[in-house]
Order: sequence, then C-alpha cells, then structure tokens
Amino acid sequence: MTLSAEQRTPLHAWHVAHGARMVPFAGWSMPLQYATGILAEHRAVREAAGLFDISHMGRLEISGPEALTLLQYTTTNDVAALAPGRAQYSLVCHATGGTMDDVVVYRLPEPAAPPRFLVVANASNRGRVLAWLQGHAAAQHWQATVVDRTGELAMLALQGPAAETLLAPHTPLDLATVPYYGIHRTRVLGHDVWLARTGYTGEDGFELLPEATAAVTLWEGLLGLAHPPAPCGLGARDTLRLEAGFALYGHELRDDITPLEAGLERFVKLRKGRFIGAEALAAQQATGVRRRLIGFRMADGGVPRQGCAVLVDGQRVGEVTSGTYGPSVRAAIGMAYVPAALAVPGQELAIELRGRPTAARVEPLPFWPHRRRSVRRATNV
Amino acid sequence: MTPDDRRYSKEHEWAKLEGDEVVVGITDFAQSQLGDVVYVELPKVGDQVQQMKVMGVIESVKTASDLYSPVSGEVVAVNEAAVSEPQVINESPYDRGWLIRVRPDNPDELQQLISAAEYEALTSEGQ
Repeated sequence: MTLSAEQRTPLHAWHVAHGARMVPFAGWSMPLQYATGILAEHRAVREAAGLFDISHMGRLEISGPEALTLLQYTTTNDVAALAPGRAQYSLVCHATGGTMDDVVVYRLPEPAAPPRFLVVANASNRGRVLAWLQGHAAAQHWQATVVDRTGELAMLALQGPAAETLLAPHTPLDLATVPYYGIHRTRVLGHDVWLARTGYTGEDGFELLPEATAAVTLWEGLLGLAHPPAPCGLGARDTLRLEAGFALYGHELRDDITPLEAGLERFVKLRKGRFIGAEALAAQQATGVRRRLIGFRMADGGVPRQGCAVLVDGQRVGEVTSGTYGPSVRAAIGMAYVPAALAVPGQELAIELRGRPTAARVEPLPFWPHRRRSVRRATNV
Repeated sequence: MTPDDRRYSKEHEWAKLEGDEVVVGITDFAQSQLGDVVYVELPKVGDQVQQMKVMGVIESVKTASDLYSPVSGEVVAVNEAAVSEPQVINESPYDRGWLIRVRPDNPDELQQLISAAEYEALTSEGQ
C-alpha cells in the first residue's frame, strides 16, 4: 500500500475535482495550474484578479511579554517599528549572515499589550524557523511562546487590479483605508479572517487567513461572485513573482546567500540593536558584496532555468537562480548571481542553454512595474 | 479523438503523408502535457532530419522537451506561424500547429510508426 507522504491543504479535493494539475512542492500536493493554463492565469492577475491557495505556507504565532524581543533578535528588519496592524518583509539569518528564510512579520492589530505577531514563512522552512524561534526563546529565557498555526488557518491570495473592487461589497472593512502591508481582523463573505494587503505578484491585492474549516466555503464564495477571480496555481505564482523581481527561497535566497547579495539591504536594519547575523552583515556591507543578484532578459530564443551557467567572454561567472517565460514582458527572463562588477544594466551575458551559449543582457528589476496601491504616508516596510 | 489519417511516434509526434511530402507535428496529448508552449526551435528549410533523432526543442513555461523527427528526409517547409506564435501548437496541434514538412527519403518509414488506435492505447495506459 502506498500512502501519500504529501501534505494537503483544505482545498486539495477542490483542486483535484476542478481539473488542477497537482505537483509536489515542499512536501505538499499543490495545484501547478488549472485547465486554463499558466499564461491565462498570469494574465488574469495582471488584468483583473486571480485567487491562489497558499495554505502550504507556514503560519507561526508569537505571543508573550518578550515576543517582540525574540523577533527583533532573530530577524533583520526592525520589528519595534511596527505599529499594531502593520507588517514588514524580513529575513531570518544565520550568524554567518546567510539566509534561513524570508518571511513577513505581522504585528496583529490588537490594542492590548504585549504585542502578538504572526510570521508567515516559506513552506520548505516552516519546521526550521519554528525550531529556531523556540530554541532561541528557551536559550535566552525569554517569555515568548511560538505556536505553529499552519493547520488551523488557511491562506488565500486574491491578487490583481480588480481585487479591491471585487472584495469591497463583501466585507464591513473599508478597504480603501487599508495601506500596503496593513493587516486587519474582519469578515469576508461572513467568515472571520485576518486580511492583509500583501502579496507576491507586484499587483494590488489581499491575503486572507480564514479558519481552515471555512477555507472551502470562502474559496467557493469568492469564485462564485459576479466577475470572479480566476483560480491560479503555482505556475502563475512563479511567472508573476519573477516578473515582479521577487526572490524565492531555494533559488535567490539560500543558507549561503546573504540578503545584501540578494539586493535586500533595505530590509536589514543594522542600527536597530543586536540580532543574529548583524556582525557578519555589517562586515559584508563595509567591504562590499562580491556577488550580486541581477535580472536578465534573453536576446535569443530559449528559456533559462535554475542551474544554467552564466558566461561572460566565454568564462563561467555565475549561475541562473530562476528563469521562465514572462507573459507580460513577452520575453524569456531570469535572475542570477554574478560578480558585483558585472551587475550593471546592459551588461552582455551568455546563458548556457542545453550546452549552447545564448545571448542575454542584464536588466534592472523589476521586469514589470509594481502596481500596488499608493499610500498616503510612507510605510515602514 | 486522435485523427486516423496519419501515423504516430511513441515520442508523441505525428506524420501525415500529403502527396510526396510528410507533414510533422506533436499530438494533442503532448501539448496538454507540456502546457502553454512559449518557444519552439525547429530545423531550417534544407536541413536533413533522421527518423527518431532530435530535430529541435519545444519549451513550455515549466519544461523543455526534445522534438524527434518521425521520418528521415529534407525539410522543405517550416511553420513560421508556430515559431512566432507558439500558442497555435496548443490550440490546434493537428492542423494549424504543424511544425515542418519533409520530403521523405523513404515513405515506407511511415510503417514503422504506430496507428492512431495504438497511440491512443499507449497514452491512455498512463491515465
């Protein structure tokens, strides 16, 4: 007898029943695409709205009098700068400065002290991040409780320029007042949710966290609206994030890559006080990074893939971290690490595709402009 | 339904005899497995192709696959529309999504390919 070793989100049966092509991802069975295909799903998000099941991602709750202390010590961004109901993109680093995970830290919108936090981590790193946080809390004798809420909460992403218009009639919250990277407690289609104006596509949109038991009803309710979003899988999630220039752990970020090399210095607040990795990162900032993440566009045909060699003047100088065909930019694009001196827009490269050097050129990120909602004042992201 | 006016290879290509030329493409099963085709690399007019040898590449968002020629001969035409708008291969794999036309060295080679019914049996085993 063969047992499925893969984990399933609350929407798994829905995906299968609706013709999704399921693939294993980080130990989960996830939809790669539906019958419409990746290109159509991608375009739906850029032109109107798409709906993603991202319940495979890790959702950790951190509470207690020293929750903030714990997170300030284990992440690179400044957690103390978060007002209630605000979130920030951040990195969890090793003492070496290498990256264990990229996360979003949400300070929950509660008036009472001490502050409570939600940390959303990559599915592949959930176990490590949980153990890391719990281990450091124990070692430092901090009163901070870290609970894995991944099974109790689902997570859906509604992304696209029509997301606010679509959602507005179905929530008592005035969405026009929700800033980018804001989080609220509210109801959508009658279901209690955390609602955050966050996403991974470069478009405006919301991530909704209902109870797992309400996930299917909420999902079907959103797809049953007039002018519904298109259900979208991981294939479109990847083409969208790549065009938007967002890193993906396991590709642009790894244990042996620092946030500075990845171009994420604005999420590393070296002056906030001590945190794991600060010394190594400060040293690297002082000497300058030796390699940098770049975006590139293929000049000739062929799609670059992770692992392809990057050549300059016939010499291997780096490796592709991610590559795809970008449906909005209408070109094959990718990201790679190259020596810092070559990380210049316009620099000519060759990408080795099936043994053949194929012309490409460094291009600034993002490949496709971000169209998130403008905010009235600067948010501390 | 798999058209029975042509022969098939186990590598999911089809070969259709039209007068003294053979038209070549990929099957509906193949385009469905690949997903949205974004790039196709084909031989040039005048190139020689060999039966069951790689003649090009077809790429979707997620994968790249080698294309194998189902017949040997000289390439006499290439479908430029498929090269510039590869989604036609997904939309119409047996008709507008044809890939190349070949003047076959030996039309009997088509007998080494399998029939529509045999191809259907092959691809339904996996479902």
